[in-house]
Amino acid sequence: MSMNAPSPIIEVRNLVAKYGDTTVLSDVSVDIYPQEVTIILGGSGCGKTTFLKNILRLHEPDSGSIKYWGKEITSMEEDEFNTFVLEHIGMLFQGGALLNSIPINENVAIPLEQHTKLPKVIIDRIIKTKLHLVNLDNAFHLLPSELSGGMRKRAALARALALDPEILFCDEPSAGLDPLTSANLDELLLNLKRQMNMTIVVVTHELASIHRIADKIIFLDKGKMLFNGTLKEAQNTDIPEIRQFFTVGRF
Amino acid sequence: MVRLINGILYFSEGIDKTTIPALTEQLALIFKANKPLTLDISGLTELDSAGVAFLETVQDQVKTYSKVVFLQGTPEHLKPILKTFSSALLPKEEQLYKPRYFEKVGDSICLAGQSFYAALVLTADILYWSLIGLFSSKNIRKGSFVQQGLLLGLQALPVVGLLSLIIGFILSLQSAAQLRNFGANVFIADLLAISLVREMGPMMTAIIVAGRSGSAIASEIASMQVSEEIDALRMMAINPIRYVVVPKFHAITVVMPILVSCAILIGELGGLLIAVGYLDLSLQTFVQRSIDILSLKDIIISLTKSTFFAWVIVIIGSHYGFSVKGGAEGVGKATTDSVVASIFAVIFFDAMFSLLYL
Repeated sequence: MSMNAPSPIIEVRNLVAKYGDTTVLSDVSVDIYPQEVTIILGGSGCGKTTFLKNILRLHEPDSGSIKYWGKEITSMEEDEFNTFVLEHIGMLFQGGALLNSIPINENVAIPLEQHTKLPKVIIDRIIKTKLHLVNLDNAFHLLPSELSGGMRKRAALARALALDPEILFCDEPSAGLDPLTSANLDELLLNLKRQMNMTIVVVTHELASIHRIADKIIFLDKGKMLFNGTLKEAQNTDIPEIRQFFTVGRF
Repeated sequence: MVRLINGILYFSEGIDKTTIPALTEQLALIFKANKPLTLDISGLTELDSAGVAFLETVQDQVKTYSKVVFLQGTPEHLKPILKTFSSALLPKEEQLYKPRYFEKVGDSICLAGQSFYAALVLTADILYWSLIGLFSSKNIRKGSFVQQGLLLGLQALPVVGLLSLIIGFILSLQSAAQLRNFGANVFIADLLAISLVREMGPMMTAIIVAGRSGSAIASEIASMQVSEEIDALRMMAINPIRYVVVPKFHAITVVMPILVSCAILIGELGGLLIAVGYLDLSLQTFVQRSIDILSLKDIIISLTKSTFFAWVIVIIGSHYGFSVKGGAEGVGKATTDSVVASIFAVIFFDAMFSLLYL
């Protein structure tokens, strides 16, 4: 692979997703490139989250093809796909999705304890570094209910990073956070991209956040992909929906 | 892979979460006989966060017998990984304070005291607002009394009835065998009437209601508390006790004596089967003796007792519901605790009643 034109890490072709009779995504084709932050953008109800769920097979697509590193995942067996997810993918859920009954360190330890045979000393060290990475050094023994919203998100991020994923998916990471906390989280994502060469896919509609972190933008509207390109191109495009999105959000 | 050459540990290929278990075993063998001071990682191709943690534990192991440890030959492309995931410079986590035995005992006694005090306050609140609720329907949702009455009473009737029938049946079957030896067949009616009215009727019904409705009350209030519904009620200037608890309290006060009466009658029916079928008593004698032996006092005590038990169940259920902590797990714990506590309380107060009004 040459440096100038890296091949896409995820290739989505003609993806169609339906809930019952309603078509949520029709014929979406997208390429996601390595070591970039790709933002999936669009108004509420445009199918952003559905798109994310489909490429992670949390919702089975109706038709279409989804390839990671050239490997088709829609036809994979459950087991095979699970191993694949474990090795390559981390996901930060919208509300954090931490288990509420156990402390933060054990939450982060879950994937390590369940899927590796690492000794306890090493797991403890990994948890410590991962929590340090998200600036939660002091929250080691706290329960999720004892953390603020931003801290909970960061703890969830630490859990998503536990197995060193190559691709990190984030579903509205800055939803419900104040501008400062949200900026910190963005900074954190950029650091991850730089330090760990991570590919990051973010679903969001926070303009401030988009300006800070986006390399590429995928704009969805009413289940169709309207735009796929860099942030600069998105700002200068003359597609009315996108222009409107960027102008209304400006202050 | 790891090899020991001239006192230097050479790591090669990759150190990651899949290779570490094997490496740990190899190293354990090496460390048994050797004390290397230098780790050479120039041959490493891959390293992940687990690998960094592993290298650091190895260095710690070396430090147990040597003051210094050398890490050499870090490949350029692995340097950022080593830096990002190093835990060597992180602040030591503070040890959690672990209370000793007596401290724990004292702590739980204090907690129990506080919980008891909170329960008393809640009891006062519930009693007060229930009294007020008799005269004013403010803050009470329309139709909730009837709805709760059906839920707590009518729907409990089948299981209460079935169990009472079986209990009356067993009670008389066991005593019939003994009474027959003494030719005291006719006393089965007295025995059954007294035991059902004074003890088994109210207590068994209360235990069933505690398990069925007490748990429902606790889990309903607990999940309302967890999902901030209780706070939402407060912010709408609605007293949650008046809105949530009082209808249940009123409903169960009316419904419980009826349930207990049904339980007693059905229990008698179970006994009747044995008395007539096994002890050859006539139907008339059985009914006549049962009515004769009971005084008005017995029945009043029985119904008072059952109302009291009902209150205890509602109060304990709401207490555990309101004092829930944590999320989904907290709701489960509150429910379990409330059932255990209300069954205990029912039996305890039953003993008190028996002692006071023999």
